Amino acid sequence: MPREAMDYDVVIVGGGPSGLSSAIKLKQLDPEINVCLLEKASEIGAHILSGNVFETRALDELLPNWKDLNSPIKTKVSKEKFLFLSKSKSLSWPTWLLPSVQQNHNNYIISLANLCRWLAEQAEALGVEIFPGFPASEILYHEDGSVKGVATQDMGIDKKGNKKENYEPGIELLGKVTIFAEGCRGHLGKQLIKKFNLSEGKNPQQYGIGFKEIWEIKEENHQEGMTMHTAGWPLDNNTYGGSFLYHAENKQIFLGYVIGLDYKNPHLSPFDEFQRFKTHPSIKKIIDGGKRISYGARALIEGGLQSLPKMFMPGALLVGCDAGTLNMPKIKGSHTAMKSGMIAAESIIEHIKDKKNLSIFEDKFKKSWVYDELHRARNVKPSFSWGLILGIIFTGIDQILFRGKLPFTLKHKHADHETLKPANEMKKIDYPKPDNIITFDKTSSVYLTGTNHEENQPVHLQLKDHNLPIKYTLEKFDEPAQRYCPAGVYEIQIENNVNKFVINSQNCIHCKTCDIKEPSQNITWVTPEGSGGPKYGNM
Amino acid sequence: MKILVAVKRVIDYNVQIRVKEDGTGIVTDNVKMSSNPPDDNAIEEAVKIKESGKATEIIAVTVGEEKSQETLRKALAVGADRGILIKAEGTIEPLAVAKALQKIVDKEKPDLVFMGKQAIDDDCNQTGQMLSALLNWPQATFASKIEIKDKILEVTREVDEGLETIEVNIPSIVTCDLRLNEPRYASLPNIMKAKKKPLEILTASDLGIDIAPRVQQIKVEEPPKRKAGIKVASVAELVSKLKNEAKVI
Repeated sequence: MPREAMDYDVVIVGGGPSGLSSAIKLKQLDPEINVCLLEKASEIGAHILSGNVFETRALDELLPNWKDLNSPIKTKVSKEKFLFLSKSKSLSWPTWLLPSVQQNHNNYIISLANLCRWLAEQAEALGVEIFPGFPASEILYHEDGSVKGVATQDMGIDKKGNKKENYEPGIELLGKVTIFAEGCRGHLGKQLIKKFNLSEGKNPQQYGIGFKEIWEIKEENHQEGMTMHTAGWPLDNNTYGGSFLYHAENKQIFLGYVIGLDYKNPHLSPFDEFQRFKTHPSIKKIIDGGKRISYGARALIEGGLQSLPKMFMPGALLVGCDAGTLNMPKIKGSHTAMKSGMIAAESIIEHIKDKKNLSIFEDKFKKSWVYDELHRARNVKPSFSWGLILGIIFTGIDQILFRGKLPFTLKHKHADHETLKPANEMKKIDYPKPDNIITFDKTSSVYLTGTNHEENQPVHLQLKDHNLPIKYTLEKFDEPAQRYCPAGVYEIQIENNVNKFVINSQNCIHCKTCDIKEPSQNITWVTPEGSGGPKYGNM
Repeated sequence: MKILVAVKRVIDYNVQIRVKEDGTGIVTDNVKMSSNPPDDNAIEEAVKIKESGKATEIIAVTVGEEKSQETLRKALAVGADRGILIKAEGTIEPLAVAKALQKIVDKEKPDLVFMGKQAIDDDCNQTGQMLSALLNWPQATFASKIEIKDKILEVTREVDEGLETIEVNIPSIVTCDLRLNEPRYASLPNIMKAKKKPLEILTASDLGIDIAPRVQQIKVEEPPKRKAGIKVASVAELVSKLKNEAKVI
């Protein structure tokens, strides 16, 4: 049965900050242009997870009157702290000694999910058609190889791939230009980067996994507007990562941890590092007597400019972290994602109206403040491959003395799936048991995400080689998927004395870590049936 | 034949419900809302009847806040022809909803009124029954199968003892069980078309009814936390604990 097709001027894949900003900008530049936006979550914002301390620079340009539009940007940063942690002590680093990129006094503590919901309202008011619950699962190409659009996922397919009674075929959405704005490690973006060789001459992309919990804490421990970051314990000197703790409105704090996915020890469990981190006296005293109300995790981009692929190709653009525009030393990507989306919109208008080549995107991007930011930031993350202490010393020189203008660029040498050492060469890590007050297990955590996938559907975490997990990955790396997955999707179960690799795909919170970190790149994340996945509230 | 289907916007069934700290209710801020699952079955059944040629029009109706329009749009996307929102804020009790529906029935004169057997937020399971009393129409509750036989409806009901088949005269009220059917997905083109279908917005005062709550809610509390389990060493110990500590045997 042929699929139905619908024609638009621009098709946008993904309802995050970059996709929504593209949509709004397109409509502002040309109210007549037809724009549709697809989102795999059940509603805009339900798959978004971010710290988030928000820099308004891009929003000031996009919607200068945002303060009058009842935006969810309310809590201005009023106090900042940076702590180095040892196992039981903390050392406070004076804020004036932090590089300016790490100072936040003009920024706001926000929920990115709520910002996206609000941006979606602005976009819809301008006439953008937004379809939540419809994952784009397939890229469509013209005969000449240029991108023609995307197809949405078929609905109502059973485990074995057969059509169920309520089968609903996908729809082809065709655009003069398609914008891919899926966020970090988008599964279509990954295909485009490969097909059009967009990473040629670039360093391998670098990723991290970020965890976030929302806590409602005691009034006396809450200071609305306060932000705190930490480095050090519980990670060792050779593992890149740190925490954030933001005091938002309504006695809530956004507490999170980011760990570079270039870690080497296969016994490391990012989830358990985060849980353990909360037992540090300087954190525990803040959340003591409080209640955890949300949990989530998502992979993020850390590679910066060296790893940023070419963002244009025939018929399509890659924006935000689908390409990788996050500014790592700033630990912020929302403003750069938004700006990249806005530049995409400007380029597309000129492409459609004045028949200019889409490559004008690159010229515009290079002249923009996003490029300048990313250029200054480029040497920070690679310097941490020398360890935390040397990384900090170098970053001080690079960011404070030279303001990111050192005349050389450090390289990222390895992709994250190449960094694990064999399990028998590395130290096992003994993580404490959860106390269910401050620290928790994965099951009760995933429960808070509201995650659900229609049970009778094909597994959306595909193995290239079904025997590899047991035959090789378990043997050599003690199957790290059991630990790097923040949702307990992967398990080794013993049945009749035989090891079995189990994929609980209905628990998947769409973080994409497995697709990134699996040592043989054996796991491919594809879109499940629409609306599946977490139902995050104000993440 | 005309079918009126009542739907409700509720907290999504995947979301973990949280009680407000002061015990005045549950937290609804930053929480994903969806249509009440058995209402989806009610809509699906109406659409199937229309597709079989036995009905000509399906009207979806809801009582609730402005955003309940989303729930109506979803009903329109899977096959309802038009929607009616009766705007009301705060707690709306089943009696108030039944009164509002009675007014809509008087105005629209449907032959059948379908709705979910209960809403998953308050689990009242009263609206259909109350509407039946107010209209003096027959009711068939917990329907898992519906067959139209001329002026009579044959309904199979899910009851504790098994399945019960009854006949009711049309016009009648049917409340639908989850086993009634498998709701279809809203397709993307149909979601677009649904945006253009008529949606009327009324208020309780337009209908001349009083929807003020009759029940005063005193306190909402979380259920007590389940204690962690223990391992026993022998059957004898288990029996002794069941007898002396749990006092269940």
